[in-house]
Amino acid sequence: MEGRIQTEQALSPPLIDLVHVKKRFKKGIGQELLALEDVNFRMYPGEIVAILGKSGSGKSTLLRIIAGLIAPSEGTVLYRGKPVYEPMQGISMVFQTFALLPWLTVLQNVELGLEAQGIDREERRARALKAIDTIGLDGFETAYPKELSGGMRQRVGFARALVVNPDLILMDEPFSALDVLTADNLKSDLLDLWKTQKTGLHGILFVTHNIEEAVLLADRIIVLDSNPGCIRGELKVTLPHPRNELDPRFRNQIDRVYTLMTTQSQTDTNVSSGRGASIDLGHRLPEANVAEITGLLETLNAPENSGKMDLPDVADTLMLDIDELFPLTELLEILHFAKVSKGDITITDEGKAFVEADILERKKIFSRHLKDYVPLARYIYDQLTHHPRHRALEEHFLSLLEDYLTEKEALRILHNVIEWGRYAELFAYDYNAGVLSLENPN
Amino acid sequence: MNSLRNTFINDKAVKAYPNYWDVIALLLVFGVITALAWVARQMATPYHVGEVITLSLDPTHLPGYALHTVMRMLIAMIFSLLFTFTFATWAAKSKRAERIIIPAIDILQSVPILGFLSIAVVGFIALFPGSLLGPECAAIFVIFTSQAWNMALGFYQTVSSVPTELHEAGTVFQLSTWQRFWRIDVPFSMPGLLWNMMMSMSAGWFFVVASEAISVSNQQILLPGVGSYIALAIQAANMSAIGYAILTMFFVILIYDQLLFRPLVAWAEKFKAEQVTEERNQAESWVINVLHRTRLLRFLGAKLAHFFDVFVNLSFFRKKQEISAHRSLFRRCEWMLTWASNGVLVAVIIGALILIDRFVIHPVPLSELRHVLFIGGATALRVFSSLVVCTLIWVPLGVWIGLRPSVAHVVQPIAQFFAAFPSNLLYPLVVILIVTYHLNVNIWVTPLMILGAQWYVLFNVVAGASVIPKDLLQVADNLGLSTALRWRRLILPAIFPYYITGAITAVAGAWNASIVIEVVTWGKDTLVATGLGSYIAESTATGNFTHVALGIGVMCAFVLLMNRLVWKPLYVLSHERFRLD
Repeated sequence: MEGRIQTEQALSPPLIDLVHVKKRFKKGIGQELLALEDVNFRMYPGEIVAILGKSGSGKSTLLRIIAGLIAPSEGTVLYRGKPVYEPMQGISMVFQTFALLPWLTVLQNVELGLEAQGIDREERRARALKAIDTIGLDGFETAYPKELSGGMRQRVGFARALVVNPDLILMDEPFSALDVLTADNLKSDLLDLWKTQKTGLHGILFVTHNIEEAVLLADRIIVLDSNPGCIRGELKVTLPHPRNELDPRFRNQIDRVYTLMTTQSQTDTNVSSGRGASIDLGHRLPEANVAEITGLLETLNAPENSGKMDLPDVADTLMLDIDELFPLTELLEILHFAKVSKGDITITDEGKAFVEADILERKKIFSRHLKDYVPLARYIYDQLTHHPRHRALEEHFLSLLEDYLTEKEALRILHNVIEWGRYAELFAYDYNAGVLSLENPN
Repeated sequence: MNSLRNTFINDKAVKAYPNYWDVIALLLVFGVITALAWVARQMATPYHVGEVITLSLDPTHLPGYALHTVMRMLIAMIFSLLFTFTFATWAAKSKRAERIIIPAIDILQSVPILGFLSIAVVGFIALFPGSLLGPECAAIFVIFTSQAWNMALGFYQTVSSVPTELHEAGTVFQLSTWQRFWRIDVPFSMPGLLWNMMMSMSAGWFFVVASEAISVSNQQILLPGVGSYIALAIQAANMSAIGYAILTMFFVILIYDQLLFRPLVAWAEKFKAEQVTEERNQAESWVINVLHRTRLLRFLGAKLAHFFDVFVNLSFFRKKQEISAHRSLFRRCEWMLTWASNGVLVAVIIGALILIDRFVIHPVPLSELRHVLFIGGATALRVFSSLVVCTLIWVPLGVWIGLRPSVAHVVQPIAQFFAAFPSNLLYPLVVILIVTYHLNVNIWVTPLMILGAQWYVLFNVVAGASVIPKDLLQVADNLGLSTALRWRRLILPAIFPYYITGAITAVAGAWNASIVIEVVTWGKDTLVATGLGSYIAESTATGNFTHVALGIGVMCAFVLLMNRLVWKPLYVLSHERFRLD
């Protein structure tokens, strides 16, 4: 494998070349949101590359820019030296939720890409049947997608992508909508297909938030950072296929990825692990609720862990993937209840005090930390205190947040903070009226 | 099942109203109506309709008349589909078009449909002088207006809500616009579109009957059809003829319901992304079941599928590679296009303002306007009270039915059947009572208003009651809630969104019916109730087109105002707070 990559890299120009790609989204008048900041990378023929990132890191946007579905605001994407302005023949895609047309049979769905190329009916049918055969779907040609299980549906997605004889396949979290067993099965079939070189495929580029999946499949992992999305680093995985998740070398690779994802880069001043670090009002607060972070703290504080754990272990113990785990650790850091660095998480003294207190005391500690370390909560509280009747409309805070964030994100974050504030009894909220108020005026 | 006829464009946008695009659309629609009314006045000379077909009350002619009526309906449906596919798609794909098309349709669906008839008939007669083709086109146009808006809005909404991933799949695999439309947009919208079509058809029967016999400028035009037959029967005070007409229409609707409505709705199940697990929620039709098993029809189906395949893949519509090369050039022309379209818009608005000022505002004295507003209030009161009566009757009954699945299973299709039945055929029966017993016409025509539309309230309430979760009902029993408390805390909130949906449809129907029911005739007796409907009907009959335009304008304003101030907020509230999911 390694040898093949080396020689192909030396011989051929890159399959995909991203040069200073930036993406800004317009929101409102004169306001823009930076989604991707200066992304550069190359992918060579013969590689499987994983783009790994938390939710909101712009990884799906990046994939769609490469696919020609979204135009970059700046920079260029080159596919075999040709600039990509629109979907290219030779690049095919597999979608997270399969994107099958429910009113077409399996066969008709697979034929779709060939129809677009104006290939006549007979040839279309023959090629589609062959692709269905390759992917192990024979017998289901006349079934409708709704008759199939998730795994079978994604197989249709693969067949549809393969039937057009692609040079490169892009995959947008292709296994995340499947259960573990089905996903494993599909992954190993995909690897078999790739290794036996039955198709004219020269590269697979996929997006994922699952570290194990990236280490299992990819020759190279690109780790994306959020806010705005940019490349934090990359790792080569040189383990031979088939890779075994229980192999210590495999675990070691996973540790390396966690370390890369949690080590602060020099320029990153947000949410650093030390005290005194602060976030601003428009910070993209993580999606986490109080019960979850309390649960995590309790696990950390358990005697067998004595306040410190390896993040991969946390993920395993609590059965969380990184999209679920990182928001929790981030909130713990923001609230100064725990510190994260180099792939480890350590409980702080305050965190210990919080988790060992009773319900009422916990609320008091939480309330204090919320006011001290979450500027948005502090701001809402101050506004309510200064208002003569201790009331405020949620729109007021929403429009403030929308200066920094998209409408949807602003809404999500405000509702998170409201939930935390309600738990802390910092303020009350009337859902129907959309009014925030102090719990006990005076 | 969504049975809303007047679709609200955007649930969330309620606080943003009034939007200035709405005002522009309002001006445009009124401008056009005024212009048409003005043209009509110019042409309001006696017509020579040419060969006057003498209609007879002989019941053997009825099947033939019924066929005419059905044909009119189907032709109008084809035009409505064309309108839907072009304008709704355009609005869904182009921001610029969307801004004007959608508010315009939103307003058009508040314009009383029979108001269109008064004006359209004159224009079409002038287009085809000396032939029945003019009134024929006018009738079809009226049916079109009763069908198209609701279909177009529904289609626009579903096309704009096609999941992004499906669109991306289409783009990545390089489908042409033509292929994407037929492979993705249309199938995705199919269940909604078919349901809307069928609802439109159901509502259309009322208008097809009403538009066949019309009095314009002191002249009565009769087109061969069931509507004219019944008009003649009324003139002749012939009870048995009315009975025959009702019977004929009963069979027509029955055939339409069994052979068209149910099979199509059942067929549309195929386009739904996820199978509904609950057996009773799935539309079924015996016709479809039979068709699936016949070899001949399976063969025809395969042929049809092949034909559709060829149609979708017509090479004429294949993606042209060169176009993309010119894309940057096109983008540079973009701003010119914007300016041009804005310029045209401004010109049209000014034109509309001038027209409205000269032909409606100028010649109409203030007292007339005050009078029209007053009688508008009378009709509004009538609409409101008919809704109250209908609610008091159907909500308890509907809940009773809905909570018993076996009863609901039987009642639901019957209610849908009655909703399609043109209630104007039944008016004479009530009118006879009013005439015979010398009842107060201002009061007793009121129930007629909601005669046809009441079924929407019933079947929505039934639908709402039947989806109340069983565990909630059991909780209520378990806690020993009294009947009053049970209704107040559980049943009424649970059916509220459904009730609102039904009520909106019923009210829209009632406004439309007012033009027909406020002037009722039986033989030589003509009874006129005070109201906007009778004002429009009488102004049409005497050819006073300024008053027709004024009447339509005021009625439209009433409907719009009610929609914006009452129904839309209620609809949004019901969906935000009282939805059970």
